[in-house]
Formats: sequence, structure tokens, C-alpha cells
Amino acid sequence: MELLFVQALSGLASAASLFLVASGLSIIFGVTRIVNFAHGAFYMLGAYVAYTLTSRFAGPLGFWGGLLVASLIVAALGALMEMVLLRRIYQAPELFQLLATFGVTLMVQDLVVVIWGADDLLGPRAPGFTGAFSLFGRNIPTYDLLLIALGPAVLGLLWLLFHRTRWGVLVRAATQDRDMVACLGVNQKWLFTSVFALGVFLAALGGALQIPRTTVTHYMDLSIIVEVFVVVVIGGLGSVTGAFVAAVLVSELNALGILALPKISLVAVFLVMAVVLVVRPFGLFGKAERAPRSSAGTSFRPWKPMTSIERIGVALIVALAALLPLFAGNYALSVGSEILVFVLFAASLHFMMTVGGLASFGHAAYFGLGAYGAAFAIKFLGAPMGVALLIGPLFGLAGAVISGWFCVRLSGVYFAMLTLAFAQIIWSVAFQWVEVTGGDNGILGIWPSRWASSPEGFFWLTLAIVAVSVALLRVLVFSPFGFGLRATRDNTLRADAIGIDRKSVQWAAFIVSGTFAGLAGALFAFLKGSVFPETLGIPISVDGLVMVLLGGIETVSGAVVGAIFYKALAIWLMSQTDLSKLVLGAIIVLLVVASPKGIVGFIEQIRHRRPPSPNGAGSSAARADASDALGIAKMKVAE
Amino acid sequence: MKYVAGLALSALLLASGAAHAQQGEIKVGEINSYSALPGFTEPYRKGMELALKQINDAGGIKGKKLVIISKDDGAKPGDALTAANELVSRDGVVLLAGGFLSNIGLALSDFAKQKQVLYIAAEPLTDAIVWSKGNDYTFRLRTSNYMQASMLAEEAAKLPAKKWATIAPNYEFGQSFVAAFKEALTKKRPDVEFIAEQWPPLNKIDAGPVLQAIDAAKPDAILNATFAGDLVKLVREGNTRGVFKDRAVVSYLTGEPEYLDPLKDETPEGWIVTGYPWYAIKTAVHQAFLDAYQKAYNDYPRLGSVVGYSTVKSIAAVLNATDDHSTASLIKAMKELKVDTPFGPVVYRGADHQSTLGAYVGKTAKKDGKGIMVDIEFKKGADYLPSEAEAAKLRPAN
Repeated sequence: MELLFVQALSGLASAASLFLVASGLSIIFGVTRIVNFAHGAFYMLGAYVAYTLTSRFAGPLGFWGGLLVASLIVAALGALMEMVLLRRIYQAPELFQLLATFGVTLMVQDLVVVIWGADDLLGPRAPGFTGAFSLFGRNIPTYDLLLIALGPAVLGLLWLLFHRTRWGVLVRAATQDRDMVACLGVNQKWLFTSVFALGVFLAALGGALQIPRTTVTHYMDLSIIVEVFVVVVIGGLGSVTGAFVAAVLVSELNALGILALPKISLVAVFLVMAVVLVVRPFGLFGKAERAPRSSAGTSFRPWKPMTSIERIGVALIVALAALLPLFAGNYALSVGSEILVFVLFAASLHFMMTVGGLASFGHAAYFGLGAYGAAFAIKFLGAPMGVALLIGPLFGLAGAVISGWFCVRLSGVYFAMLTLAFAQIIWSVAFQWVEVTGGDNGILGIWPSRWASSPEGFFWLTLAIVAVSVALLRVLVFSPFGFGLRATRDNTLRADAIGIDRKSVQWAAFIVSGTFAGLAGALFAFLKGSVFPETLGIPISVDGLVMVLLGGIETVSGAVVGAIFYKALAIWLMSQTDLSKLVLGAIIVLLVVASPKGIVGFIEQIRHRRPPSPNGAGSSAARADASDALGIAKMKVAE
Repeated sequence: MKYVAGLALSALLLASGAAHAQQGEIKVGEINSYSALPGFTEPYRKGMELALKQINDAGGIKGKKLVIISKDDGAKPGDALTAANELVSRDGVVLLAGGFLSNIGLALSDFAKQKQVLYIAAEPLTDAIVWSKGNDYTFRLRTSNYMQASMLAEEAAKLPAKKWATIAPNYEFGQSFVAAFKEALTKKRPDVEFIAEQWPPLNKIDAGPVLQAIDAAKPDAILNATFAGDLVKLVREGNTRGVFKDRAVVSYLTGEPEYLDPLKDETPEGWIVTGYPWYAIKTAVHQAFLDAYQKAYNDYPRLGSVVGYSTVKSIAAVLNATDDHSTASLIKAMKELKVDTPFGPVVYRGADHQSTLGAYVGKTAKKDGKGIMVDIEFKKGADYLPSEAEAAKLRPAN
């Protein structure tokens, strides 16, 4: 009993640091609707800057002053990012800002190593809080007590700020209906910037407060960002109180859970999130979301099937690609195969995300399931490659059937986070179940059958499978099913009214998408010859998102182009420089600013800017624009 | 879409035709987690470049210049394989080397087997790479999990402690190390029992609750296999809570400067650790290495430096041992290959492809506000490996 109590105290201390960072993220999302992927980067920067300041200025004033000044400096950096980067893209489709903040995160990861060096840095302990006090014969660090007190204190201060100041009232109003706030003449720009700065300040403070407990490292951001997202979602987006309760819940379950199950930490938070979201679709304290301003994939120009000329063009490109083995070397071919695999992966995510309006943060789950399915077929059944390539997608399908059933009950970011939870649970099974999956050492020796083992053979096989699959997905987009799916995306109420069952249509889309992702995963297993839990990991999911967004979320072929561009660039940079993340991040940020509609969106925009051509293509585009504008006007009225 | 696809394809075509071997050069490929784990790989790269310079200054490999092409793997097995493919298929390297993480080492070793190219694993510690998943094409330099577990168990057996608790990161490295330690210690001391265990996720330890749970079990001694940031959290929290007081602690890798130096004045005293006490090693070969390293970089070497240096020495030795640089000849030359390292001569065993590189075992202490190792003893690798006949049985039939 005493142990449980002391353990619970330790849990509260962990909860406090988690809450600080999470509250910042929650506030930012509540007002600006930005999924701020760079929040972990600011947490890390807070720790690095605080390390520099506290190492230089000793004494209590130097230490506490250092923490505060460091948080302010980083908050200023955050405000700067909001002003020069995010302000330009508020009008872009939702989630596009995620891409910008992801680019910043990549850059910061390399920059801190360039600035502060590769070694782990140990900051000073907090003056006055270096010791411990005794409780039931057990020692508890006094710094833990400070943190335990700090959590509710910050919560209280935030409450006062939001309920007793004019600024706070505006922030709460904007959280509920920011269009209305804008209509009332509030300067949104500065409201957004100040909210962003406050959120970043809290993240940086959370990082700075870690100095007395751990070393400052260049991978700190990764260790917290996902957990913080989870806490925010469990609490309910935009709810600071919710974030506090969720942080306590997660930390306590972890602290007490490891007494019984020492290996539970790996997956605890995701289990909690999955359960909470299944029971309460908007988190503990969240409210049902208003219809979003413009859901992902609302097209600025109606989609049309390709004209016959365009079809011939695409067929020519595929034929040209098929000629590649005649003059390219083995390395180029295997890179080509890898790019093709990710084209299929991105296309499968695109089907769900753009056509269905269901953004998934855990799409790697089905990719990885496909890879493991193929590997199991080879290892346990001794199946030939052809059979394994069928079993892989079946694994993806099975995973999508189960998780999809739960996920389609949710929408928006909650949907995305539940997909993430399922992905992480599957990942931890692959990671822990060493007897079957080999744990993190993976499954080796998954090489293609002889008929496809040459780089040329495998390239042709991949090209054929990917071309057919992408074509099939495209056919689906323009099938009655695809139209129904788009109807559920664009207007749930109207879709309901004309008799479309939203859940089953979206579930079917989820399954289609998961199956094709599984096929991509199975191909990936044979391309690499081995399968590791990383195929199920968050970085693969994020890569998929980046490909779709980069190509242009409002377009039909954006995913294909985005995948080719991103994967080729990533592989090339990786081979050329150790600072590949810095360069890649910078390119993403530049692209985001230059063309918020993505690469394909940008190209289409240029194409349609041409003067009307004799065959009338221009005028039909103009008509489309007009009807589009009308649609937007109607939507505004509806809101 | 057409434009982009066309661009990507033509970029690939250009890239594929770029590199051609120059006369008078021998190219080898090297892969490591440069961007993801710079704390290890920066000193490692320095050690590698030092050895490379020494070899080429002394005339290279039989008059030919040795060239090492290094690639980053971003700590992902998939990317490591892409890099390996580039090195072998495009750059035409005669062999592969490198690796830090165990899963990347295993991925590369399987690639080496498939593509029939020699792979010298530098740092991966997993026993699987030479035993349960060993293959003809893979050799490993670094003192393995099993060897270091046996060395530490030998010291642990001398302690009076009977009740043990373990803390290790929750992945194969931690799991197999704890298993090997348990087995080795129980063999020497059948009376010990393991009464508690904690498996925090790598880089995400919640040190307070973990230590509290260990403390509650009241063990006599603790085995730790966490490192880097997790280790610092563990030590700081444990010092404050007094968990390590009056308890013996055996701690894996903690004496390596990479992990010991960040602890500064919080270094716990009297922990039994494996590591690299570069300031206390008095052998002539090490002194020569140390002098050359400090002269070149104005910095002290880390363990990574020794690994990088010895990897390149191994590469040079095998290339010198045979005129024919086909994979078959290189593998033949690797077996029983003798290499001089800063830790003295080592041999790559023919039966299981493991080098006999040893390790330093000692106790932690504090000096001038910094952590050091004292009472050091060098344990020869060969003494802590199963006999070659036994080891050969651990490998799959190829």
C-alpha cells in the first residue's frame, strides 16, 4: 500500500512534465487547428537553450532565470515560425500545416547537433531541490514535489488567463468558432501568433524543466512528441483540463502498471488511448467537432477521369519505365523498385485520405502487416513468393477490417489518432513477440523466388503490380462507390439523406486502402529481404502522409507524384550527406510556402491559367471554377 | 506528373553511370548511423580516418590506395540495405563494413549472404549475428553481448549478493544480455536468484517509478543495461532516492567514455562496469594509438574510436592477406586472420567468425568531478567465448 502511494507520487511528477508540453499543444490546436508536429522540437530547443544559459549563469537566479529566459527565447522562435511560415498557409487544406511543421522538425533535429555537438549534455541540478525527503522509509526527490506542485499551478494560471482576461475570452471564443470571432472584428493574426507563442512557451518550459533530471540529447523530441499527442487526444482536443487529467491518467497507469507488468511501458499509453476513444469518441473532455472549415480533399476543381490523350501519356510513361532495365544499373533498379513500392503505399493512403477524407496517422500498420504476412508465409508455410504476395495483402485486409470497424465511428483528428493507436499496438506486438516475429531483430531471408530475384525481374514485377493497383484505385475513385465515398466526405448530412450509409462506405474504403498498403508492404519485404518492426513504425506512417500532402491533397494523382518526388529525394540526400534531414526539411518548408496546393495542385493551377483553347477545355474549367465558388458560398451560408 | 517522373528517372540514370573504379584504388564500403547516433559515430569516424591515413601513408594496400566510401543508414534497417546496395552494385566495393545497431547488423549480414559479399560487422553486439543467425559472409569485430556478460558475471559471482534485480532496455540487446548474464552467473553461483526485473522502453525510461519498483523488491544487487540518456536519468534519480546505497551494481557499457562522461560529478562510485579507460591503459600499442589520435584531433578517443580504428585495421589486414579480392578469397583470408588493435592482437575465429577482441572491466570512481574507471583489468576475449567446436554448433547449417 505504501509502495503504491509512493509510486503514485512518482507518477504525478512525470505527469506534470507531460502536462506542460501537452497543454501547449492543446491550446495551439484548439485555436489554430494546427497539428503542430514541431512541438517536440520546441520542447527539445527549450532544454538545449536552458542548458546553455544555466551552465553559464550559476546560482538560483541563474538557474531559474535561465529556465524562464530559455522558454521565452524559444517562444519567440515559435512566434517567428508562425509569422513567416504558418501564416502563409492557413488557407491551405487542413493538415497541410502538419507538413510544414514536419519540415521544421527535421531541420531542428540536425541543427541542434550542428550547434550543440553530438555529445549528451548534462545540465546542473536545481538549486535548493537536489535532495530527497523520506516518506514511509522511501526517498522521494524534492524536485519531484516541485513538479507535482507545478502541474496544478500551471493549470490554475491557464484557467485564470482564459477566464479572467479579455485575451483569454477571445481565445476561448476562437476555439469555439473562429470565423465568428473574425466577423466581430478581432485581429486574428495576432491572436493566432500569441496563442502559438504561449503554446511553444509551455513546451519549452517543459523541456527546460527536464534539465535537472536527464541529459539534453538530439532525440529528446522523438521521445515525447507522440506521447504528448496521445495525451492531448485522450483529454479532448483544445481542453487544457482534459490534458491535465489525461497526463495524470497515463503517467499513473504507467507507474503502477510496471509493478505488475514490467514490459507494459512500451504500449501503455496507446492502449489507454484506444480504450478511451472507443468509449468516448471525442476524448474525456472534448466536445463534438463542428464541421471543419474545409475537410481534407475538398477539391478546388472537380475531379475528372483522364482524357484519352492523358491515358496514352500515362501508358507511355509506364512503358518508358519498363524500358529502364535496358540501360540502368542494379542500384538504380532497386531504388526504382523502392520508389514504386512507396507509390503504391501513398496511393493507398490517398484513397482513404483524399477520396474518403479520412486522414490516417497509422497507415504503416497495414504496410507492416503486409510485410509480416509475406514473411510468415515464407518462414512458417514455406510458401513460394507468388503465394506470399497474396497472403501479405490478406494480413493488411484483416488488420483493416478490425481497426477500421472501430475507427470509422470517429472523425477528424480523433480518427487519425485512433489509427495511430492501432498501429502502435500492432507495432508493439511485433516488437515484443520475439518467438514469432523475432522482435526487433526481425525476420531475415525473405528473398524473391528465382524468377524475380534479378533486379530487372523484380523491377518489372513491382512495376506491373503497382501500375495495375494504382489504376484499380483510380477506377474506384470514379466508380459509384467512389462518388458515394466522396459524398460522405463532403457532406455527411446530405449523404445520409440520399441513403448512403456513411460508416459502411468508409469502412469499405478503409479495407480497400489497408489491402493495397499490405500489398505494398509485401513487395517491400521481398525488396529488402527482411522484415523489421520499423515497417509498422510511425516514421513510415509519417512518410506516407508527407507524400500525399506534398503531391497535393486535393488532386487525384498527387500521391503518385509526391511519392516519387519525396522518396527519390530522400534516398539521394541520404546517400549524399549526413545532414540529409536538414536539407530535406528545408526543401519541404520551401515547397510548402511556394505551392500550398502541393506539386500536382501547382501544376494544375498553371495548366488552367492558360488562355481558353479552341476545344473548350478552358471554358469548362472556368465553369468548374464558378460552380466551385458557388459551392464555397453555400458552405459559408450553411455554417 | 510526366515532368516529375521523367526528372526522377533521368536523375537515376545519371547517378547509375557516375562511378567507375579508378586504377590503383581499392574501394570498400562502410555504413553507420551517422545522422541518428552521432555520439558514437563521430569518434568512430575519427578512429576510422586515423587508421586510413596511417595505412595510406605507409603505402596503402600493396601500393594501391585504400578508399572507404561511408554511407549513413539513419538507424533504419531498410535504409541501411539501400545504402549497401548502392555500395555493392554501383560503387563496386570489394567488401562491406560498419554497423552499430544489432538489427541493422543482422539486416546487413543477410544482405551479404544474399549478394555474396564479405561483411565485417563493427559494433553490433547481438550474439545472433555470429551464432543463431550467423552466415559464411559475416564476421564481427566487437566484444559481444555474451562475452561481456560472462566477464561481468565473473566479477558478480565474487560478490556476496544473492538476490538480484535487473533493469534493461526493452529490446533484443537488453533481453539477450540479461539472459546471458543470468545464465553465466547462475552457473558460477547456483544460490543466486533474480527477484525483480524492469524493462523500460529505449530512450523513454520513467526512472522514478522504475527504481521505486526495483527498490521495493529489496535486492542485494542490481544489474543495469541501460545506457546514454536513460542511464543518466537512472543514475540521477537513483542517487537522489538512495536506491544504489549499500547495494552492489553491475552495469553494462557504463565505463565507455560515451556514457560515463556525461555523468560528470554524479558518477556513482564502485559500480562494476565494462568500458574503455583510455587514461589508464599502459600498453605500448595503446599509447601509440592514443598519441596519434590526440595529435590528429586534439581530443581523447572514445570506445567508438577504437572500434572504427580496429575495423579499418581489419579491412587492411584481410586485403593484404590475399591478392585476389574475390569474396571467396576474402572469406578464406578472414578466417583465423590476425589483426593488431589498440587493445592488442585479435583473431577472427574460423569456426564462428567472432573476433577475440577483449574488454576492460573495472569499477567506477570520481576524480576531479568526472567519472573514471579504476582497478581496471583487461579480459581477453578468447577466454570468454565458448570453444570453437561448441560455437560452431550454435550456427545454422549453411
